[in-house]
Amino acid sequence: MRPSLVNQIRVLVPIKRTIDYAVKVRPAKDGKSIETAGVKMSMNPFDEIAVEEAVRLREKYKEAITKITVVSVGPPKSADVIRTALAMGADDGIIVEVPEKTFADPLEPLGISKILQEVVKKAAEEEEVDLIIMGKQAIDDDASQTGQMLAGLLNWPQATYASKLEFLDDKPTKGSVAQVTREIDGGLGIVKTKLPFILTTDLRLNEPRYASLPNIMKAKKKPMKKYTLKDLGLEEGAKPRLETLKVEEPPKRQGGAKVADVDELISKLQEAGRI
Amino acid sequence: MSLRAPATRLLQRSVATSALGNASRSLSTVAARGRDATSSSPSSSAPLRFSRSGPSSAPARAFSTTSPARDFESPFGVNSLAKFTEEEEMLKEAVRKFANDVVKPRVEAMDEAEKMDPEVIKGLFEQGLMAIETDAELGGAGCSFTAAIIVIEELAKVDPSVSVLCDVHNTLVNTVLRKYASKHIQEKYLPKLASDTLGSFCLSEPSSGSDAFAMKTSCKKQADGSWILNGTKMWITNSAEAEFFIVFAQGDPSKGYKGISAFAVEKSMGVEIAKKEKKLGIRASSTCTLNFDEIKVPAENLIGEEGKGYKIAIEILNEGRVGIGAQMLGLAQGAVEKSIRYAAERKQFGKAITQFQGMQFQIAQVLMEIEAARVLVYNAARLKEEGRPFTKEAAFAKLYASQVAQKASGSAIEWAGGQGFTRETGIEKYWRDSKIGAIYEGTSNIMLETIFKLVEREMQLK
Repeated sequence: MRPSLVNQIRVLVPIKRTIDYAVKVRPAKDGKSIETAGVKMSMNPFDEIAVEEAVRLREKYKEAITKITVVSVGPPKSADVIRTALAMGADDGIIVEVPEKTFADPLEPLGISKILQEVVKKAAEEEEVDLIIMGKQAIDDDASQTGQMLAGLLNWPQATYASKLEFLDDKPTKGSVAQVTREIDGGLGIVKTKLPFILTTDLRLNEPRYASLPNIMKAKKKPMKKYTLKDLGLEEGAKPRLETLKVEEPPKRQGGAKVADVDELISKLQEAGRI
Repeated sequence: MSLRAPATRLLQRSVATSALGNASRSLSTVAARGRDATSSSPSSSAPLRFSRSGPSSAPARAFSTTSPARDFESPFGVNSLAKFTEEEEMLKEAVRKFANDVVKPRVEAMDEAEKMDPEVIKGLFEQGLMAIETDAELGGAGCSFTAAIIVIEELAKVDPSVSVLCDVHNTLVNTVLRKYASKHIQEKYLPKLASDTLGSFCLSEPSSGSDAFAMKTSCKKQADGSWILNGTKMWITNSAEAEFFIVFAQGDPSKGYKGISAFAVEKSMGVEIAKKEKKLGIRASSTCTLNFDEIKVPAENLIGEEGKGYKIAIEILNEGRVGIGAQMLGLAQGAVEKSIRYAAERKQFGKAITQFQGMQFQIAQVLMEIEAARVLVYNAARLKEEGRPFTKEAAFAKLYASQVAQKASGSAIEWAGGQGFTRETGIEKYWRDSKIGAIYEGTSNIMLETIFKLVEREMQLK
């Protein structure tokens, strides 16, 4: 018996194309940003975990998950992180294209949140979004703000730094209750919330799969929508508010020095003005 | 999906890379105030609990990439061999990750034990790497020949034994069925070969290697059309783990090579796996002698036409040669990559080994030869895809790549000095593995002969 629409949920997974984690980053020649020319780019690792979690929900709950949509805001090349997500098991993709050069003046979390809010609205024209799963932060700016800000804009609950997601009924439906285990400084915090809500993923939530070759080939045929900031009415609204003045490498680490005894340690610390 | 890198190894890797990358990662952005500037400061021991912010807590696997090469397109319509389709690029990345995460930790143990880890074979099937060119309806990925070549190369960078397992299964076993078998046989076996059944290609015998068509294994047609096979095959790759065999047998010695037929044989029909060879290299790849003692093969399992087996063998080995070229190419790259990185760290006389001009010249020479081999291999692959004749180029590719592999891996050992000579470091294995490149799927002398015969015809010398 096919479950009716009210018993099914749609998942949205925002993903970001970032400099690959293994790259040794360098400031750009103008000293105002990071060098990205010729540099390897990848899906933000926490976003991979987000895509994986969505795909696992589909594997566990089957038809209860109608659609897994991935969305990315970036230059046209961001299409490849979307394709990777499609190869991992997402159903369709949305790219909000911004011109290449604004990558050097990155859109900020607030701008991205506003864009995602509009994407959620537009997606609802087709089918409402009930669950947003996204990485807790991007490895380029480490902001850890977008999920939280989006929750604020949508007025949805948020469960951040998740290391476990469970649904207390047999399957997730509109308005059902989820239980999320969060990684916090003191240990693990457990929260309960109703759908729709935003989940941001932490490292231990899951281990993302490798896309198998047949899935890579299938990804080619999956649909991808394109929006511009104009389509979303955010040409002005998503403009960055911060200007990066300077980007520089940290000072090179100096070697330490060995001291003979505690007295010497104290005098050296005093000399250096540390105590 | 059961194959995952254990979490502890991921955490160690991410700490290692973040220790490396953090010095340059934690850039002070002067304008952005209120930013936690200490967020990127992992301890160098590997704590199992990470702070919730900071790049040190980024998982070690980042998967999708944009290769800068994708942005380039010739304005004149024809591209260089550096140009790949989007799927080929994604596939390359996927296989690279798989090879590093799943195969790499097992390489030394498999070589020492002379046994392929079943988890590796399972992983190859799960990733869809065992039916690269097979149609999607039959469970395959429906990819190009070059895609198969990419897979073989990437696997060989990590372990040439795993690479040859995948190469034989794809370019010999699958392709024979895809090109020559009846629809019924294709539908019967290709899905199994795509999901869990390993295949072997059985041509050589104790008294026939290069002189393949002097084979003695016989096939006798019965009244009901079925066949009885008798004989011995030797040097058969994958045979210890395989359940499916492409077997060539002589039906009528008086017809010479025109009496040879090819058969699809299931292990359960009575194939006996006898002696497993102890080898110099690709030790994890099983190489056994097979015995067929009055085994019965159904009529429908004849592949192609009676007496046309020789044709199947010749044509299929052509593709196989490009595959071996790719394996040797990957091997050479794997060996030198490892060795150069070692030599860049190792200091003698106050500087890194790679800072000595003599070393630099040697390294440059070898890298040039590897690039030349790469071009030969990929050009042969693309020629085949275009539908052009590629026999000569396939011979060039295998011949040259196997020579380069020997030289490069030998040099790699020397560049790493004493460490290069130890089994633990993993460099010497490439050299031992490379020797087979000049021998199997057509010896180097056969390659040279093939090339000349073709040129003789091209230039109309006779």
